[in-house]
Amino acid sequence: MPTDELSLELAQDEIRDRLHWFRLDRRDFLRLCAGGLLVVLEGASATAQEAGRGFREQELPKEVSAWVHIDEDGKVTIFTGKVEVGQNIRTSLAQLVAEELRVPFHAITMVMGDTDLTPWDMGTFGSRSTPTMGPQLRMMASTARQMLVEAAAQRWKTDSSKLLAADGRVINPKSRQSLTYGEITRGEKLTQTVSGDPPLTPTSDWKVAGTALGKVDGSDFVTGKHQYPSDITRPGMMFGKVLRPAGFNAKLISLDISAAEKMPAAQVVRDGDFVGVIAADAWTAEQALSSIQAKWNVPAQISNQELFDHIRNNPDSEGEGPQHTSGSVAHAMAGADVKLEQHYTVQYIAHAPLEPRAAVAEWNGDKLTVWTGTQRPFGVRDELAETFRIPARRVRVIMPDMGSGYGGKHTGECAIQAARLAKAADKPVKVVWTREEEFTWAYFRPAGWIEIHSGAQRDGTLVAWEHHNYNSGPSGIETPYNVANQVIQFHPTKSPLRQGSYRGLAATANHFARESHMDELAHALGVDPLEFRLKNLTDPRLRAVLQAAAERFGWGRAKSAPGLGFGIAGGVEKGGYVATCVEVEVNAARKKVRLSRVVEAWESGAIVNPDGLRNQIMGAVVQAIGGALFEAIQFKNGRILNPHFAQYRLPRFSDVPEIDIVLIDRKDLPSAGAGETGIVGLAPAVSNAIFAATGTRLRNMPMAVSGELTS
Amino acid sequence: MDDLLLNINGAALHTRTSGNETLLSVLRNQFHLTGTKYGCGEGQCGACTVLIDGVARRSCLTRVSSAAGARITTIEGLESNGVLSPVQQAFLDEEAFQCGYCTAGMILSVTALLREHPHPTDQQIIEYMDGNICRCGTYPRIVRAIKRASQGREKEGTDHANR
Repeated sequence: MPTDELSLELAQDEIRDRLHWFRLDRRDFLRLCAGGLLVVLEGASATAQEAGRGFREQELPKEVSAWVHIDEDGKVTIFTGKVEVGQNIRTSLAQLVAEELRVPFHAITMVMGDTDLTPWDMGTFGSRSTPTMGPQLRMMASTARQMLVEAAAQRWKTDSSKLLAADGRVINPKSRQSLTYGEITRGEKLTQTVSGDPPLTPTSDWKVAGTALGKVDGSDFVTGKHQYPSDITRPGMMFGKVLRPAGFNAKLISLDISAAEKMPAAQVVRDGDFVGVIAADAWTAEQALSSIQAKWNVPAQISNQELFDHIRNNPDSEGEGPQHTSGSVAHAMAGADVKLEQHYTVQYIAHAPLEPRAAVAEWNGDKLTVWTGTQRPFGVRDELAETFRIPARRVRVIMPDMGSGYGGKHTGECAIQAARLAKAADKPVKVVWTREEEFTWAYFRPAGWIEIHSGAQRDGTLVAWEHHNYNSGPSGIETPYNVANQVIQFHPTKSPLRQGSYRGLAATANHFARESHMDELAHALGVDPLEFRLKNLTDPRLRAVLQAAAERFGWGRAKSAPGLGFGIAGGVEKGGYVATCVEVEVNAARKKVRLSRVVEAWESGAIVNPDGLRNQIMGAVVQAIGGALFEAIQFKNGRILNPHFAQYRLPRFSDVPEIDIVLIDRKDLPSAGAGETGIVGLAPAVSNAIFAATGTRLRNMPMAVSGELTS
Repeated sequence: MDDLLLNINGAALHTRTSGNETLLSVLRNQFHLTGTKYGCGEGQCGACTVLIDGVARRSCLTRVSSAAGARITTIEGLESNGVLSPVQQAFLDEEAFQCGYCTAGMILSVTALLREHPHPTDQQIIEYMDGNICRCGTYPRIVRAIKRASQGREKEGTDHANR
């Protein structure tokens, strides 16, 4: 991920100004890993992660990004600040380590997202775990393996090149001597920093990586044993609830806490406008909260009706994105045979992770420990440190593998609330947001208004392309098609709702606009939409997924007809190449649409775990159905009007079409992340298929809010 | 406050609480049976599903007093002698989860479904399961797991490539 895109992702985080960096104390981890073998990677290395780069003119400290430890029993532990949120990175990173270290997969323990135990990490977002953490861990594991082989060679007084490492052992094939890694590390204190470029096992030789291993500790997820953040319990733990304003930007006018104060089992905590309750049991805490009478003054605020006018008329010039230009659009448009000008919109949508935000906070003297669900444990640690005005080293954030996030759990509000209440209670306190709180007080995927102006020659050559995105973001804004004359720009605006990261960010909106528009141009030219794309496309990887999807789908074999439509779309973002073909059935009389079949082709370099990858791509397709057809946040006067699953519809079993995933394994290319970009192709493909079935072009997401086609 | 005797996973457990407290809250917060999840509190997502006398119920909408005297089964009570139930095993074999937060509720709903329809049709699966949300979108795999469990199939090797 280029640094500018990373900073844009963080800019959507709303807490960028509060980011602080702390230098990890090297002595801490050397003490932690007292014996055995330790390999670390410095952030300054060529493949280091973003920690080593300049960011917003700050030179970040050179950091250790992860380390590999082999203890005196041969147990391998990997320490990384990345977190597991259901994307299966705990499994796939362990596969990469097992491969390079030549140990059985199950010999590896991954310690993730614990700010006291793992190195600093910016966070788990941007599809960066596989392309950045993957190679780093491989380098460390390879270095560790070399050290083990060298140590065995010294012990046997032989040449290390004559030795092999396999199955957690170093073997001398000639003398048939063998030592387990534990036997080599026992009583030793070996540490090394990765230097140069240690040899990595070619992907074509992978035996553990590249295979369909099941999720680490999978049985804990089918037995209920796995402890999510909201499941954490501490001795003497209390339950906390927080009083919520009646709307955004509300001012507290009056407060009556007398009823709650009369409840013997409950305690009310007041700190300015923050009002919370604590009780020994969750039920009493809920009753105490609902007994509080509060009056709020909520100012008049805009609603969905005025949303797009607002977005177009409230520029935020501070974050204005760079304009990408080439040639002259005006000149090319003047000479174009076919010209089109259209606009497209996307509504705010919610991440709606099934586990809402949750935190358990515990103070021990001046040290704060918080278990919470977040994609940025170090970011949350820094938020806590700043809020409570204590050094970050006195805050520990632990992130148990959580009930997902989809980009929605970057911030630390719930952790702060739990910590504030725990301070008042002088006991550990758990806070779990309700579904309504999660829908209201988290943040949303940005709404957006996108304008595209294009021109093409009669022979199907694209000659002019102008694309402006207002508010939703710059991800995936550039066109992969060959166009000599371009103007492409992102225009930030003052968002009426709190907005932030989301799976794929704005790539979904930008692909919806671009791939719908490409379809419109193809129809205006009377050319097959796939043929039109291929005519204007040289990128071999995008061509390959488009052709793979079309082939599996049988594109062109049947023609769309009234009521039955086929659509195609493709794109590339964050190193992932995607093409999606869909079939929709439309009942014109009842304006009902049904998605009946999806084929999605995917390529992101060498596949680390085909089963996990297939699961991610399928999940992205299903999640995309919601944003494409029916998910939209309804809001008015500072209130969310549909903050419940009964009103905010998510994709369910009945919405799921037949889904066929085609994976292309490019063992010759580095592995890219795959958690996000699989989401971008569906919405435009659906829009294009609906047009093919009905002749009506839908340019606003979602396209069927209440099950009926909108316009 | 009411004194209630609950039969949970075959054990008699005593609780003293308001009978209006939800079964979900009692399971999670009093008995630390945290496999049953909160997802919405309004019976819309199915994450809190338990079996009450063998029938799938939303524990977030069930008053604990109404469950007294009944047989309550949670995800923690499905294994027998350390062996996964066929539905649990099928979910594991099909890797029918991502974050896994919906999984307990899914497994209990499927357990009840297969009791009612040992060999459900696709339509029966959709109708029965439509109240359970998987935000990660693993529905196709869950359907496969349901079919695997209903057919009592053993694990078919490790080739997941054609899922």
